[in-house]
Amino acid sequence: MPSTFDTVANIIAETCDIQRDTIQPDSHAIDDLGIDSLDFLDIAFAIDKAFGIKLPLEQWTQEVNDGKATTEQYFVLKNLCSRIDDLVAAKGK
Amino acid sequence: MRLEYFQLIDRIIDLNLNDLTIRVEANVPTESTIFEGHFPGRPLMPGVLLIESMAQASGWLIIGRMRFEKMPFLAAVKEAKLRTFVTPGQALTISARIVHEGSGFAMTEASVAVDGKTVSNADITFRVVDFPKGDFLDNMHAVARRIAFPLEAVAHG
Repeated sequence: MPSTFDTVANIIAETCDIQRDTIQPDSHAIDDLGIDSLDFLDIAFAIDKAFGIKLPLEQWTQEVNDGKATTEQYFVLKNLCSRIDDLVAAKGK
Repeated sequence: MRLEYFQLIDRIIDLNLNDLTIRVEANVPTESTIFEGHFPGRPLMPGVLLIESMAQASGWLIIGRMRFEKMPFLAAVKEAKLRTFVTPGQALTISARIVHEGSGFAMTEASVAVDGKTVSNADITFRVVDFPKGDFLDNMHAVARRIAFPLEAVAHG
């Protein structure tokens, strides 16, 4: 079974036509990989489907806009994957 | 349809918030200034307006789903196919289905049919944001009434 990171990285590679080996756990989806908000909707869609969750993008965006969180907390891939794991775990409870 | 006003939906004939589907009627006018240019002597319904009609049908479905608390805005159109010419006077049936509801976005599959045959279809993505403040909601309610949007279906619950 692929890791959360592998699944997410494959989704990003396929959705955004980015070479898979350039996508690393420390990559920032926006700053390093150049993914814009529209492309991220496709990524969110694929992640929602793959993991059976609903990424709370509105909440994350609001927190960043309000200065309560940084984009790194949500959009550095290892952090994103950690959030996904949390959402999957919460779904199972 | 009033093409010049981007009023591309004449009447909602079915809105099913359980199945997340909508079906609407739209009659291509026999005359429009748009046909003077598209094309001289060979009037055709512009493909971009067929896509817009699918976006509008999808949009009303999402508005219904969100009970007028959120407003969808067109963000992406994928796999749009214009399968045959659509001409003045033809009666269109436009259908859409929500295939995914994300956080702040929604995706639909939509199609346009003439006499039961699909003439256009597309996968459409919308950003879904809080309904704009001010008169906008009243204006949208007025449009909803004009196109027979079942306001009672979303008024409660």
